[in-house]
Amino acid sequence: MAQLIKNGALLADDWQTLILAEGETPEAVVLPAGPVIFPLAVWQARKNEIIARQQPIGLLLKGSDRVEEIAGEVTQFAVIAIDFPKFVDGRGYSLASLLRQRYGYTGELRAVGDVLHDQLFYMQRVGFDAFALKDGKNAELALASAFATFSDGYQASTSQPQPRFRRLA
Amino acid sequence: MYTYDATDRQLLTERVAQFRDQVSRWQSGELTNDEFRPLRLQNGLYVQRHAPMLRIAVPYAMTNSAQLRKLAYVARTYDRGYGHFTTRHNMQFNWPKIEDCPDILAHLAEVEMHAIQTSGNCLRNITTDQFAGVAADEVIDPRPLAEILRQWTTFHPEFAFLPRKFKIAISGSRDDRAVTWFHDIGLHLQQQNGELGFRVIVGGGLGRTPIRGQIVREFLPWQHILTYCEAILRVYNRDGRRDNPYKARIKILVQSLGVEEFARQVEAEWALQKDGPATLSQAEYDRMAAHFTAPAYAAASKDTDLATQAAADKAFARWLERNTHPHKAAGYRAVTLSLKKHGVAPGDVTAEQMDIVADLAERYSFGELRISHEQNIILADVHEADLHALWQAAKTAGLATSNIGLLTDMICCPGGDFCDLANAPSIPVANAIQARFDDLDYLFDIGDLDLNISGCMNGCGHHHVGNIGVLGVDKNDAAFYQVTLGGRQGNDAKLGKVIGPSFSAEEMPDVVEKIIQIYLENRHPDESFLDTLDRIGIDPFKNRVYENRAHGKAKAAETEAA
Repeated sequence: MAQLIKNGALLADDWQTLILAEGETPEAVVLPAGPVIFPLAVWQARKNEIIARQQPIGLLLKGSDRVEEIAGEVTQFAVIAIDFPKFVDGRGYSLASLLRQRYGYTGELRAVGDVLHDQLFYMQRVGFDAFALKDGKNAELALASAFATFSDGYQASTSQPQPRFRRLA
Repeated sequence: MYTYDATDRQLLTERVAQFRDQVSRWQSGELTNDEFRPLRLQNGLYVQRHAPMLRIAVPYAMTNSAQLRKLAYVARTYDRGYGHFTTRHNMQFNWPKIEDCPDILAHLAEVEMHAIQTSGNCLRNITTDQFAGVAADEVIDPRPLAEILRQWTTFHPEFAFLPRKFKIAISGSRDDRAVTWFHDIGLHLQQQNGELGFRVIVGGGLGRTPIRGQIVREFLPWQHILTYCEAILRVYNRDGRRDNPYKARIKILVQSLGVEEFARQVEAEWALQKDGPATLSQAEYDRMAAHFTAPAYAAASKDTDLATQAAADKAFARWLERNTHPHKAAGYRAVTLSLKKHGVAPGDVTAEQMDIVADLAERYSFGELRISHEQNIILADVHEADLHALWQAAKTAGLATSNIGLLTDMICCPGGDFCDLANAPSIPVANAIQARFDDLDYLFDIGDLDLNISGCMNGCGHHHVGNIGVLGVDKNDAAFYQVTLGGRQGNDAKLGKVIGPSFSAEEMPDVVEKIIQIYLENRHPDESFLDTLDRIGIDPFKNRVYENRAHGKAKAAETEAA
């Protein structure tokens, strides 16, 4: 079970993620009770049913998912989780930037998968605010130092929409 | 040149601390090798054949005496007393210890140098023309925009884990000296109707799939360069292939989509970013341009005795002809110090030479230097009255070989003697060819010729764009060399053509000599090697090189008999 870092603390994760087992389809899979993070395909196939549950809704995006397809629906989600199958797969950084900067998503944006200490700083800059740190990694150390690696950045990003050159006196 | 402000210095200090912490967590086992590898690569640290290799950035070719002295100190203290200049404005140290690298980076940070993003699948060092700001054929000085791009690429949070490495080159002169047609993004600065902007070329590259870049936008006003690059990188970061590293460069994405569709996607993404906060302001341009003002040039001396000096000394005349370059300012030249002394590994420079060059730069060139992608050092602002004294000092230091642009001024990667990726050694072949062409009269008679050598198909030695290109290949664990003809850099950049089966290392000097003979026998007056090759075609060269040489069935029979 990954360790969830949010708001500068380690939190218990009360969400479950729906993972389709072999042979299960988005159309037929049983929707669990409680707060659930649904894969994009399940959300797209069962939207009305999911909304009718009147439970907080989570969405799981893969790097190859077209975030444009949910552009008009972001207010439906309490959590959007972006999967990093390997920490060197950087597609999730672009998805996060788009959700925050272009599509106005303001809910929890969670990094899941191969989430490691040395990527947390950049993840925070593009707009993640929750981090499911990989099992076995030192969450206390991450909390103590990984989010303060650099004191500033040159580029415009979610956490600092003005590039450095526009902030010079 | 650009000098750091307090924030630049702070970020660099934080980077050194970050890397020191990463090395320590790797040593303690908290970071696995796989987790550490991309982190060390983004700090220029490879693990090589004999030892780690540390690659230091010389952003867009600019450096100064203090920095060069610091590199000399590092070479002496942590390495074996020398360094190697690469084809992309970097210095490589071949023998540091991993545990020393944080200290090395701390020393370099004192003089505003670093190894940030000099390797790994990220935005790499920005490269440009080694004569930027001084070349007589310059339209616009690319350095202010190169520095703007350097800052934008540094620690970019969205593009730190790209499908593959990403290289940007800028040129602001009529002759392209930055190989812009063979970069992931190549930028040509130009004026259009009084407006400054870029031609944007995407998807070029050498390596195992050499492709000339294609124009994605004919003219982009300069204010939009960051948002436009963001758009290109975002399309690439999302859709570039990640399943196969050999198919992961942006050139493969551009080829598979077609340049029209790629450009359409970039333009669509850019339309949503255009005029956003990353749009450059005149104030930002001016802030950067103020770092690159011309030094206090002296007036041209009326009675400079350059002509007399040249007439009196043929060796000096030759050096003037080959190793000095026209300058914007009257009475000045840009001087190239050759790191291609015959018998020395091309691009290698000793700590003693670095200290001497640092002194020469202070005495004769306002304390600044450049590194060319041809792996030489440039003193960009030398008064004509100082040329003779500079030449003598450079000669004593072994840096005045008058071969710039000639056959022995070859581009050469470190090759199989150092590099883990290489299929074949490249330096011994370079040295053997230099030994064969050691006669300066002969070299001058042959004239302009680029000979480039790579030890493997990754092409760090730019063999694809050598007039004569040499590529090391591995056949049954033995090193062989494939020869291409007709490649070229510059405005008409193109790839060379393979002439036929490959050769052993011992054959290479003969092969090059035969190619040169065909040129000398066929050339018209004033024709360069490329002119003659373009006129008579590749066949006469092939015929001479493979004459009486067993191949096909005959070769197989010969091998069997042996």
